[in-house]
Amino acid sequence: MKKSKLAMIIGSLLLLGLFIFPLWNITLEAPQYPTPLGMEIYINHFEDTNEFDIKNINLMNHYVGMKYIPKTIPEFQIFPVAILIMVALGVLIGLKANYKWYLAWFVLMSCLGIAGMYDFYLWEYDYGHNLDPKAIMKFTNPDGSIMGFQPPLFGTKDILNFTAHSYPRLGAYFMFVGMMLTFIAFFLGKKEHKKA
Amino acid sequence: MKTTIKLVSFLIIASLAFISCGDKNGKKKGALSSSAAEKVYVAPGEHDEFYAFISGGFSGQLAVYGLPSGRLFKVIPVFSVDAEKAWGFNEETKPMLNTSHGFIPWDDAHHPDISQTNGVLDGRYVYINGNNTPRIAKIDLSTFETTEIIEIPNSAGNHSSSYVTENTEYVVAGTRFGVPVPQRDISIKEYKGNFKGALTFLKVNPEDGGMDIHFQILMPGFDYDKAHPGRGDSHGWFFFTTYNTEEANTLLEVNASQNDKDFIAAVNWKMIADYVNKGGGKKMPANYAHNVYDDHKHMATSTMKKEVLVVDPTEVPGAIYFLPTPKSPHGCDVSPDGEYIVGSGKLSADVTVHSFSKMKKAIADKAFDGDAYGIPILNYEAINAGAVKQAGLGPLHTEFDNKGNAYTTFFISSEVVKWKLGTWEVIDRKPTYYSVGHLMIPGGNSRQPFGKYVLAMNKITKDRYLPTGPEVTQSAQLYDITGEKMELLLDFPTVGEPHYAAGIPADIIKPRSKKFFKLEDNKHPYVTKSEEDAKVVRKGKEVHVYMTMIRSHFAPDNIEGVKVGDKVYFHITNLEQDYDVPHGVSMIGANTSELLIMPGQTETFVWEPKQVGVWPFYCTDFCSALHQEMQGYVRVSPRSSNIKLSWSLDDE
Repeated sequence: MKKSKLAMIIGSLLLLGLFIFPLWNITLEAPQYPTPLGMEIYINHFEDTNEFDIKNINLMNHYVGMKYIPKTIPEFQIFPVAILIMVALGVLIGLKANYKWYLAWFVLMSCLGIAGMYDFYLWEYDYGHNLDPKAIMKFTNPDGSIMGFQPPLFGTKDILNFTAHSYPRLGAYFMFVGMMLTFIAFFLGKKEHKKA
Repeated sequence: MKTTIKLVSFLIIASLAFISCGDKNGKKKGALSSSAAEKVYVAPGEHDEFYAFISGGFSGQLAVYGLPSGRLFKVIPVFSVDAEKAWGFNEETKPMLNTSHGFIPWDDAHHPDISQTNGVLDGRYVYINGNNTPRIAKIDLSTFETTEIIEIPNSAGNHSSSYVTENTEYVVAGTRFGVPVPQRDISIKEYKGNFKGALTFLKVNPEDGGMDIHFQILMPGFDYDKAHPGRGDSHGWFFFTTYNTEEANTLLEVNASQNDKDFIAAVNWKMIADYVNKGGGKKMPANYAHNVYDDHKHMATSTMKKEVLVVDPTEVPGAIYFLPTPKSPHGCDVSPDGEYIVGSGKLSADVTVHSFSKMKKAIADKAFDGDAYGIPILNYEAINAGAVKQAGLGPLHTEFDNKGNAYTTFFISSEVVKWKLGTWEVIDRKPTYYSVGHLMIPGGNSRQPFGKYVLAMNKITKDRYLPTGPEVTQSAQLYDITGEKMELLLDFPTVGEPHYAAGIPADIIKPRSKKFFKLEDNKHPYVTKSEEDAKVVRKGKEVHVYMTMIRSHFAPDNIEGVKVGDKVYFHITNLEQDYDVPHGVSMIGANTSELLIMPGQTETFVWEPKQVGVWPFYCTDFCSALHQEMQGYVRVSPRSSNIKLSWSLDDE
């Protein structure tokens, strides 16, 4: 089998790592939490980093009127299907199609990834800003606007007494590496095509 | 120019001198870094190297300290009620203090001993004796709570007690005061020959550390004072010191001090256990309480047991011998290798040491000097290994390090004396302040002592601390024993009278310490696992409140329909599932203590409202930023009222 085909197929299959490993992690640090509170985001569910972390995050957040982290969200239905379709599509393209399709797959997957991140941002924004009007504690920014508690999309941010970290986890790295492989597959394919 | 050079070179030399001077100072500081203060300093946020479980004596409790800092972490209620933790006040723990004499809210807690596996501390449980109303308790070291108390029948002054064998096969409970067995109405003057001293062997369940009386040996009515198990070669034997072999029943300070030698009783418990397992011994009627706390039900049950198996020692020949030991021996300690049995004649200046191998030979050679009530007395010369001569006044207790040294306390001369096993020479002595009783080396009563520190426990402190009126603190003193000479590092006050302690490296216990109870595992019959399940139920005059608590409210927090004369049971579940988030609760006018409920736990208190009105309750443990708001009300109506029972949270 040609190198390009192999890279395309393996690249697509690497996406399956998302079904085993978490995609993203949000960790909250504070002095009175020597073991920080953490939430692992998978493509189909949320999980405690340490048992009962999500329950305890909810308990903390209710003071400032943030909603409970739901047990499930519609994305958990959509994401796994989308990933499975992309894997199947990728393998099929790898087996049957011209190298140009590799790039098409990569672009489509990138769009889906960006859409996913945007969706995540929207949820985070809502989670951090759509606060219960009966919230026990209300904070305002120096300019007088109501303070939000949105965790960072990527990186580290101080929110009141907490330091929030938001970073990709192993599942995401599988996806990145997989996508990079498909991208490389395109160039390999192009080279092979020229030689032929 | 020359002057400048001279000046510069002078300055250089001067500064060099200054630097080297500074160096010297630095070295001095280096020497200071091994000062006593630094040796006991545990920096903020750091952990101590050892746990020390120090008994409270007449406080009935067991205190948990860190060594070398001497910091107090927790007082575990064992035999005494404790309002802070609702021990003996809430419905769940009241059965723990039940006895054949009814509810007893106090005892005299003496000798903690940590469970062992293969002669090495395993850190699973601490066993401790109640001296007054004879009881043995088990403390679980995953929760640091008392989870079992068993009463000892046919016993009184349960003092030679709660020592464990090297695989925790048995916990022993020996009687200090002879009593009629069975108890009956006879003249006290008939003591001699009629009173017995029961040595009780409690079999331990290796799964959960649970205790059950396997057999009692009905010994002559001497006073069985202290005990320790054999280990290594002498595993299978238990040794008990005795005094009052005179069998006096009055003015014992004189009448029990007449014999030149009393005994150490050597008991081959393996042989007696075999005899019992083959159907030996006889069952006699008894009445004693066995109280067990269940960590899943979060409550205790008390069962009255009606029978106990007793063994007449003369029916198991070869199982028990008396080792003559001078002058009312108190401490009875066995060296880590199991060879030496140290008996401290408390009215003597010497410490007597017997040899286990010589004892075995004496038994084989039948080197007997008569018998007492049919139990052979071994010849003193045949068993004696040696004595630490004129080491001090009033020897009491001995512990061992891992380098072949022994450390004995001297009550009258107030000192700890270090001596060498085998040569019996005194190596060092250090004063204690004052009147030292027990001492403790972590693991000092096992095959593997951790010989870094010795902790001396004093009976008297007089001027050692700030005065607090006529009653002043008792104390412990920590010595470094890593060098040839002992070094006093620290004095610290103790809770109650420290009779004995057990120490263990913290790393053995720390990883097993529970953080909270899982709510899903809670099997309490009155548990409420979510706010939706909270309710109030009336059963005649009894009202049962199924309540929850979580930061920062109770559910329900408004209750109406309670009437004067009702008996209201508050069954409260802490819904938290996080480390160190207990909630407390108390009700105005409740004739009981607060409750302090750990995450995932359910506890119950009873309130019998006597007055019409609206009465508040609140959280007593500063749980959160909204702790002050964690409160509620119960409306109490007259008996004749028709108001229906209702409850709510946020009017829902």
